[in-house]
Amino acid sequence: MAVPETQVVAEIGSDYKYGFHDPENYFFKSQKGLSREVVEAISAHKDEPEWMRDFRLRSLEYFQARPLPTWGGHLGDIDFDDIYYYIRPTEKQAKSWEDLPPDIKQTWDRLGIPEAERKFLAGVGAQYESEVVYHKLKEELENQGVLFLDMDSGLREHEELVRQYFGTIIPQNDNKFAALNSAVWSGGSFIYVPPGVRVEMPLQAYFRINAENMGQFERTLIIVDEDAYVHYVEGCTAPIYTTDSLHSAVVEIVVKPGGRCRYTTIQNWSQNVYNLVTKRAVAYENATMEWVDGNLGSKLTMKYPAIWLMGEGAHGEVLSIAFAGDGQHQDAGGKAVHVAPNTSSVITSKSISKNGGRSSYRGLLEVAKGATGSKSKVVCDALILDEESRTDTYPYIRIDENNVDIGHEATVSKIGEEQLFYLMSRGLSEAEATAMVVSGFVEPITKELPLEYAVEMNRLIQLQMEGSVG
Amino acid sequence: MEIKNLHVALEDGTEIVKGVDLEIDPGQVHAVMGPNGSGKSTLAYALMGHPLYEITDGEILLEGENLVEMDADERAQKGLFLAFQYPYAVPGVTVSSFLRSAINAVRKARNGGEDDPIAIPEYRKALTAAMDELKIPREMMGRYLNDGFSGGEKKRVEILQMALLHPRIAVLDETDSGLDIDALRIVANGVRGLVGPDMGALVITHYQRILNYITPDFVHVFVDGRIVEEGGPELAHRLEAEGYDAFMPEVVGGEA
Repeated sequence: MAVPETQVVAEIGSDYKYGFHDPENYFFKSQKGLSREVVEAISAHKDEPEWMRDFRLRSLEYFQARPLPTWGGHLGDIDFDDIYYYIRPTEKQAKSWEDLPPDIKQTWDRLGIPEAERKFLAGVGAQYESEVVYHKLKEELENQGVLFLDMDSGLREHEELVRQYFGTIIPQNDNKFAALNSAVWSGGSFIYVPPGVRVEMPLQAYFRINAENMGQFERTLIIVDEDAYVHYVEGCTAPIYTTDSLHSAVVEIVVKPGGRCRYTTIQNWSQNVYNLVTKRAVAYENATMEWVDGNLGSKLTMKYPAIWLMGEGAHGEVLSIAFAGDGQHQDAGGKAVHVAPNTSSVITSKSISKNGGRSSYRGLLEVAKGATGSKSKVVCDALILDEESRTDTYPYIRIDENNVDIGHEATVSKIGEEQLFYLMSRGLSEAEATAMVVSGFVEPITKELPLEYAVEMNRLIQLQMEGSVG
Repeated sequence: MEIKNLHVALEDGTEIVKGVDLEIDPGQVHAVMGPNGSGKSTLAYALMGHPLYEITDGEILLEGENLVEMDADERAQKGLFLAFQYPYAVPGVTVSSFLRSAINAVRKARNGGEDDPIAIPEYRKALTAAMDELKIPREMMGRYLNDGFSGGEKKRVEILQMALLHPRIAVLDETDSGLDIDALRIVANGVRGLVGPDMGALVITHYQRILNYITPDFVHVFVDGRIVEEGGPELAHRLEAEGYDAFMPEVVGGEA
């Protein structure tokens, strides 16, 4: 049973479970830093239509013109000249598991993807480096007319559909990082669900960064047509590197009348990653949009999934959970903008801070003139595990309509000595007792996750607690 | 269990328990009766290992092993149990999942630190049997532990935990408080049914009424941090008739 000494040494400090990485083997790597030439090279390499190339170049100008945000977290340490903006790992996409290059397969084996797929994946679009290399659609999806492609293929094969919506939900100049993504985006998912089609199985994509100083700029567009339904699930893991890494995605979603979309993310980036993501959905008459957003890893996350309720009777929900440990800042929350009458929204945010970590709830609730009869409820609960940790709440509320029903609740709690004593008096160790309280605290969100994610989430909480106690 | 010369102080040094000796054998029920503020609950907490109560002197021997230096979880694993006067809520954690975790923690400790989880069917069977015995509705196992429970529900679930964890010594802190007469009877019968060759009980109470259902073998009158009188069950009746005044230090003169 003895563990070799070399292995013990190798494992010291490697507390990040997925902190392995494979030798780099890339066919194309753009030069470091950002310029017109780099953006043009990306577009040329992908053989894109002219309108997309122009879109990228204009976005670059917006990115360069905008200052860094001064709110949220500390962004000053990002060196934009020290990042690769595009890497293409293999020549073309693999259609099946067997076609994948061995080192990529090996990485995914360690992440357990084949098993997950065997169990209940309807299709997998997985992002390895800057581009989707593996992609598979189940036949029944194709028969239903559902499109589930990586964004690059989506642009090639369904250009008119992409062109109609791309950049309309999140304009290229929406914010500095949306502009950056618009200039250098690569990969991500493109999904279209035709009217009346319900996709019963969640569609899943696995994301992974695997090159030092490499940015990850995926771009996702989901269109849910009338009375259709889809649940998209995205989970992230990334290896440890010594220098900072940037992840800046854009996700745009359109839910047409009567449609419903749920988008679930669990991100567990390693703790050197800046995770700066813009996510926005529009929901039309009687449509429902739900964001379930879990932020466990990264150095700094700034992410506020938004829902614009554009049609009467539209409903939006944001369930957000953030876990901030040593050296981490989670600045997360949600936005609901009520534009039409009788719309409703619920934002539930739960955060946990420990070992000096900082979590902030930042949310926007806006009700426009004329959105009569609208209802909104915002609940944010923070749990602090020790004296060094910190939590803040920044709720922005703008109401331009009188006939509305708005509720906002915020609580901050600490795990009490008494509560721990009670659980320990039943035989649970301090770490087990703490993990139990934390798991219970986030239960309203974990119960909304697909089973494998809920299990992984609880396991991660246990690991975190074991690390923090004793 | 043998408690020898136990002294307990608060963090600021104030001594609350001032030298207690007690011996509880399996099959026995001991009652500690005392007025409010006598230090009864402090005694209960200190026995279980509450971090805010410091044992400044004395020993707590359970089957010959001194528990004084152990944390609460170790004491529980060794077979000590405390039914709380005010049980804490754990939102998001169901009664069923909490109890299974607790049982498995105790089983692991008793298996030399190796996992030895209870089989699910065995657990379900034990849980439902104990719930039926205590007249706890089955739906309760899916509710969050003590979250929104009535006083009576909390007390019943405390006894449910006791029944499933199989302690050697159970300490009951004011278990009768907040119970109506029917609930009191169910809870008391539940405790009585668990006392036997494997378990002894220490019932801490202000009033005699719970002792109508759990007849104690020994009664200890507890005033100002000390046991001032000991006897059989008849002592409880005398207390009920005469009150604590006769046992109080004269300068204090009793309380309302």
